Amino acid sequence: MKTSLLSALLLGLMIGLFFPQHHAVAGIEVYPFEDSTKEKRFLKLIEEMRCPKCQNANLAGSNAGLASDLKQIIYEKVQKGESNEEITAYLKQRYGDFISYNPPVKPSTWLIWYGPFALLLLGGWGVFHYVKSRQPNNKIANRLDNASEESIASSMAQQQLLEQWENEIPDVLDPSLASDLKNQKIEDKFL
Amino acid sequence: MVQSKRLVLYLLPLTLFVGLTLLLYSELGQDPTLLESQLIGQKIPEFSKPLLMKPDVIITDKDIHGPALLNVWASWCPSCYHEHPFLMKLSAIQGVQIYGINYKDQRADALKYIQDQGNPYQGIIVDENGRLGIDLGVYGAPETFVIDKDNKIVYRHVGVVTEGVWESILKPKLLPAEVTK
Repeated sequence: MKTSLLSALLLGLMIGLFFPQHHAVAGIEVYPFEDSTKEKRFLKLIEEMRCPKCQNANLAGSNAGLASDLKQIIYEKVQKGESNEEITAYLKQRYGDFISYNPPVKPSTWLIWYGPFALLLLGGWGVFHYVKSRQPNNKIANRLDNASEESIASSMAQQQLLEQWENEIPDVLDPSLASDLKNQKIEDKFL
Repeated sequence: MVQSKRLVLYLLPLTLFVGLTLLLYSELGQDPTLLESQLIGQKIPEFSKPLLMKPDVIITDKDIHGPALLNVWASWCPSCYHEHPFLMKLSAIQGVQIYGINYKDQRADALKYIQDQGNPYQGIIVDENGRLGIDLGVYGAPETFVIDKDNKIVYRHVGVVTEGVWESILKPKLLPAEVTK
């Protein structure tokens, strides 16, 4: 009893493994077209239209009964030669703009159409002002330039002064004393 | 000048946050899958369908006389079983007419459903291919339409009609005179 159940399970599993497409075949719908431009239109329409039942899928990607009914209707209408506008109008009349993944531009959809651009502009404006505020303004930059020139000039003057002092130190003195004296003078000047 | 500019800039994130919070809060607890009917204010679509109980009799939109409820149901719809007992109660109320639309169902299953649970309907329209449902913008059973005396659609309720839904939404729309009395 137990083994027969087990072997039945195994058999089922094997069938499942070897024919995995077995039950998927039943769900495939075929919409034959002789005219390839009509077929392209049909495929584009079912791509653009949302399934009202399973609301995050388009008609093409949905297996809901309602989606296959709507696909069938679109198929018939395309075959009959109705324009894309007529077909979308038919669907919108029944299910509203909601059915289309390509909503029309009107006041209630302005937010989704223009919102991202408005955010981009706002962000750009923010970045512009931030960068501008970070740039050193001209007055300060000039002062900094002058200051560095001054400091270069003053360090050159100090150099000259040092040389002058070395010359002034009397030769008669002991050289070691002379260097002491020189250091003394430098310390007096700087400390 | 610079001060007030700064203030605006600093208040911007707070303003955005509060705005977004209010927007999201207002939608909280609502079912986002509910769609408003596109047919509000329009006459019920033209149709010509057999009756479930008398399949050789054809019923058309001209045979519907509002004010009434149009209830879309099917034996394959679990929520419809849940809704049915309340429809039975409703049908007993004076002045309430309910038409059934048997949506994409098997005849034998539909008949069994009615036999088992009772028939609250004035008439049951058989929509075997679902085209009447699509003309009504139906996207799932059960759905209930309120139509006025001119057969114009006043309201569409998606989901189960309960006592609460009836008292607060459907009754005032179907029987406005009754409610104000």
